[in-house]
Amino acid sequence: MVETLRIYRRLVAARVRAQLEYRASFTLVMIGSGVVTFLDFVELVVIFRLIPAMAGWSLHEVAFLYAITSFAFAFVDLVIGHLDRLPQMIRTGAFDAILVRPLGSLLQVVSTDVAMRRLGKAIQGVAVFAFALSGVDVDWTAGRVLMVPVMVASAAVIFGGIWVAGSTISFWVVDSIEAVNTVTYGGNYMTQHPLGIYPSWLRRSLAFVVPLAFVNYFPSLFVLGKEDPLGFPGWVRFLSPAVAVACLIVARAAWRNAVRHYRSTGS
Amino acid sequence: MRLYLEIARRGFRRYATYRAATLAGLFTNTMFGFLRGYVLLAIFRFRDVAGGFDATDTITYAWATQGLIMMVWVWGWEEVAERVREGHIATDLLRPVDLQAYWLAHDIGRASFHLLFRGLPPFIVGSFFFDLRLPEHTVTVLLLVVSTYLAVALSFAYKFILNLTAFWLLDIRGVSTWGGLVMNLMSGFIVPIVFFPGWAEGLARALPWAGMVQTPIEVFLEKPGALTGIALQAAWTVALLAVGRLMMAAGTRKLVIQGG
Repeated sequence: MVETLRIYRRLVAARVRAQLEYRASFTLVMIGSGVVTFLDFVELVVIFRLIPAMAGWSLHEVAFLYAITSFAFAFVDLVIGHLDRLPQMIRTGAFDAILVRPLGSLLQVVSTDVAMRRLGKAIQGVAVFAFALSGVDVDWTAGRVLMVPVMVASAAVIFGGIWVAGSTISFWVVDSIEAVNTVTYGGNYMTQHPLGIYPSWLRRSLAFVVPLAFVNYFPSLFVLGKEDPLGFPGWVRFLSPAVAVACLIVARAAWRNAVRHYRSTGS
Repeated sequence: MRLYLEIARRGFRRYATYRAATLAGLFTNTMFGFLRGYVLLAIFRFRDVAGGFDATDTITYAWATQGLIMMVWVWGWEEVAERVREGHIATDLLRPVDLQAYWLAHDIGRASFHLLFRGLPPFIVGSFFFDLRLPEHTVTVLLLVVSTYLAVALSFAYKFILNLTAFWLLDIRGVSTWGGLVMNLMSGFIVPIVFFPGWAEGLARALPWAGMVQTPIEVFLEKPGALTGIALQAAWTVALLAVGRLMMAAGTRKLVIQGG
């Protein structure tokens, strides 16, 4: 594991250095990236001009949800976002070259590039978090304070797991990668809003099928001390780490299965 | 004229070959129709009307946006910029077809494909799940066709300008990012312009981007001011195409070819 991380760092460091070479251009793109993502928050601000609450959540509370998912997703996007190029890598044969090397295929795919501009997205997430904290009335117990990093870490792993598992579709159906946007970018967008605005079939899907509700909604109920009007039991608020582990397992299995299938068809 | 029709057909057919990608993209558009729809509908738990739109208008808007978004595609189109960067633009400019006219025709062909296969399907799916507002008057359909294709031409003129900055910048990622971002916000894609505060709405309507999303959908919803909107679309299209031509002339003079 440590060895893997060390190799990852070396592979990525060169990429990062190359990107930081043209400072001005990079900064412009990074800020731009952040602002693009921030538009989703602008959407919330515009909507909250018209209404006092969204499914019982105030602007600052929704901002809290937004900040958690935004930051976690930005981090995941930064680390494994290059997975979006998987179809190209398969098509051009670059993936075949990867399979020959004595290093994990997934690690190689994601370390091929790390788009540092995505840091801009993480930074805007932090800014919105600061805004959220300025307006929520939280009784900060030790448990609640601890829950924040746990929530963010679990969120990142859940997003990562979903992203990896979703990307394996590229091994089965050519050119289908855009469908995965539904759960990755779509998942990020969905979790920026409280679950209550979605109809019950969608809420159940987000809790039991693609577990995005565990990214920020359930843990946030605990941190913010809110009642859940949707009738889920109280203990689901602490399930995120377990869900994250489950996502890891599923993602790993999906990737291995897909690569095994890919190998055996002799492409 | 026949030539441009041919070019448009090529554009259509080229994108028609991406069958799986179209299907995947269509699925994503449909999902986002649901998501954006539910987010905007949350407004109407508290009020009946916002900015002159009621709940039915708004949910129709959400689905129509998803239908329209691939037609007025601005994000990620960098073909001309790439050709400038790689030097192929030199051969393009030597050809007896005007560069801007070629790509405009090509884009209209592409947009027509996307209208049929990424525009209509999400909207139709949406209409099964939600009560969407459909036009009552026949003339609306005619105005809609005009307005939609103007939106395509307008967004083309805009992205063509963004691409031409490659003559000076070579790498247009920064321009592309900011150009797309401004469009996302000011066109009414993120939220309908009618939800903006008064001064912002006024500003947005005067600017070109409103004509890319907000105007055609308002025509569809039979909102007042349709003809003004269409006139503005036409005016901005002409203006941005003209800017594009000026940039083409300046760029060709300054031509720096990378890669020999």
